[in-house]
Amino acid sequence: MARMTGAQMVLESLQREGTDTIFGYPGGVVLPLYDTLPQFPGIRHILCRHEQGAAHMADGYARASGRMGVCLGTSGPGATNLVTGICTSWMDSTPVFALTGNVARTLLGKDGFQEADITGITQPITKHNYLVMNAREIPLTVREAAHICRTGRPGPVLVDIPKDVFQEEATFDWPDHVSLRGYKPNTEGHAGMIRRAAELIDQAKRPIIISGHGVIWADAQQELVALAEKAGIPVITTFLGISGFPESHPLSYGWLGMHGMFYANMAADKADLVIGVGMRFDDRAMGRFKDFNPGVKIVHIDIDPAEIGKNFVTAVPIVGDAKNVLPRLMDAVKPQVHPEWIRWIDSEREAHPSRSIRESRRMLPQYVVRSIYEETNGNATIVTGVGQHQMWAGQHYFYNRPRQLITSGGLGTMGFELPAAIGAQVACPEQETWAICGDGSFQMTLQELAVLVDEQLPVKMAIFNNGYLGMIRQWQQLFYDKNFSSCGITQPDFCKLADAYGIRAIRVETKAEVPLAIREARAYKGPILLDFQIDQEENVWPMVPAGASLAETIEAPAEELAR
Amino acid sequence: MSTVTTNGSRPKPATHHTVVAIVEDKPGVLMRVSSLFRRRGFNIESLTVGHSEAEGLSRLTLVIDGESAPVEQVEKQLYKLIDVIKVSDLSHEDMIAREMALVKVRCNNINRHELLDIANVFRADVVDIATNSIILQVVGDEDKVDGLIKMCEPYGIREVSRTGRVAMVRGTKTTTVHDPEPEKIARLHAAQGRRVEGELPFSSD
Repeated sequence: MARMTGAQMVLESLQREGTDTIFGYPGGVVLPLYDTLPQFPGIRHILCRHEQGAAHMADGYARASGRMGVCLGTSGPGATNLVTGICTSWMDSTPVFALTGNVARTLLGKDGFQEADITGITQPITKHNYLVMNAREIPLTVREAAHICRTGRPGPVLVDIPKDVFQEEATFDWPDHVSLRGYKPNTEGHAGMIRRAAELIDQAKRPIIISGHGVIWADAQQELVALAEKAGIPVITTFLGISGFPESHPLSYGWLGMHGMFYANMAADKADLVIGVGMRFDDRAMGRFKDFNPGVKIVHIDIDPAEIGKNFVTAVPIVGDAKNVLPRLMDAVKPQVHPEWIRWIDSEREAHPSRSIRESRRMLPQYVVRSIYEETNGNATIVTGVGQHQMWAGQHYFYNRPRQLITSGGLGTMGFELPAAIGAQVACPEQETWAICGDGSFQMTLQELAVLVDEQLPVKMAIFNNGYLGMIRQWQQLFYDKNFSSCGITQPDFCKLADAYGIRAIRVETKAEVPLAIREARAYKGPILLDFQIDQEENVWPMVPAGASLAETIEAPAEELAR
Repeated sequence: MSTVTTNGSRPKPATHHTVVAIVEDKPGVLMRVSSLFRRRGFNIESLTVGHSEAEGLSRLTLVIDGESAPVEQVEKQLYKLIDVIKVSDLSHEDMIAREMALVKVRCNNINRHELLDIANVFRADVVDIATNSIILQVVGDEDKVDGLIKMCEPYGIREVSRTGRVAMVRGTKTTTVHDPEPEKIARLHAAQGRRVEGELPFSSD
């Protein structure tokens, strides 16, 4: 077996785990690794401008491709800058492998220059983390970490390596397989539970499936469609579950939650059986827990046993991979239709069409999203930041292809859009990728514009520019007596900013220009920024006020619709 | 054995659960467990950790306030830690639970015999004796340790050091991950001219 330095071992191990791209930023203690990088032409290094960007890029890469994303930071500030990105992927369960350097072993614990206890810091926001104290442990550690990262409920891992371990020479001993006695995810699903779930489904008069992010990660879209069709069950998704069930399907009824479709919220609230698949009954999706649909029975299918029974009492728990469980559940249920129930949801949808856009001479943000949808023929990958624009992007684009919407749902990380879009574009170079940006959100990570130029990535950026931290303004208007405090935001001239980076930009000031600008952006080969000067005071509707139940979903008030 | 102790003589509420976790004997495991409890808001009444019967495995005994969180959630969240191998809730089992305490009490030539009587009643051992103090070592359930401490109070307690709870299920059932290797045991028995446990009857014994 070959002798190698620790740095060589890290890269060799990552390559064996299928890594082709590392998003990173150099620094003192990772210099041995950077020194070794040129020996590995199979690994493309993308230089971010801030480590948070690297973590989001790795996340976007993972979400777009389903493969593990890898990010790299140096010790101390490099490592702590990764934290927001690691936590983002922790909350949304995406496979991100974070690699950090640390000070030499002799300095560990002595408060050396740029030392940070990153394994301690990231302990609650990683699936597992490692501090590697010997070079010979690197292959097994990388293999184990990658295994934990990708399998079961995916999630971020962190491997921290002191500088002198990168430099230490040892024999490269690649383990044949990984066996962790404390980690054996159950993917099969219990046969008896599947039978009981099928009985409940057969008896239900008003069943509904709530499909989550897990369906996308299990690659179980077809299996879900098959089950829904056989048992005649309407399907709604969570916000992160969008694109897990094709929205063009007749059984698709949008997504539920705080800004979900009115009829989706009502359907969840009136159902007699909820079948949650790969989702975790989060508060933003379910509203006030204690008043969610009293009397409903819940079948919960998830790969993480700890999610079952966490927020709601579950009638039938099924721990397993949706890809395995759904076909067996489909085999067990009787073919059925629920015409009355579907008619009721349809009538709710007709009375409260949450996805329609009113006529207006103003440049409504909803209209901009819909125009992007129409111009891209519904095929683009949409990456969003966090705020109003994120909700509009979820509401007014229609998603059919799994992994088509990439967004920070759990942590709600502003600034996610640009770096995540970069990662998504790197993972899928042929895929048209749009970053839907808030003017506030975009400013949190705009330094990554330089990466677009470096790598000549054709990401299309659409800034929804209303001059406000829009969601803050909306809440202050609705719930804080119009006391607008720190929500107006000064921006740079985004077009000049893009120009300074050498990126083409178009300012879009009127509604009529919207489709033209989008067409121009699509025709342009490189990265391009569109600065949409949208209506300033448009709010996101419908809305479940914080702490209210789904039954209390409110729609746009008449005076706002008249604007 | 390192411990985080309970808080003295408060009567034990019925919602307390004894949970045993078998964990990898690796650096940082205790931190992972305690950090999990902190961030999920689970209250630990006592936590004891020490080596188990198998090399590389530690045994953690936790007493959890079941009112702070459903014990099922505590168990599931513990299981999610990669270094945690097995979790068992012993609360509904027929179990033995023990604590140990060292109690240093003031005494003099006049009242020392009274303390020795008390120690005798509690079956506590005298492990150190000096002109003006005595150290008693007591082993028992929480109530017994509390009782001894209470009885010593009038004499003046200088210092108390007590462990958290350790527990084990009665009978052959175990909460470990390693079954004893049957071949090894068979060899032992053979060497002694005995039959292996379970091969009834043991008429030759």
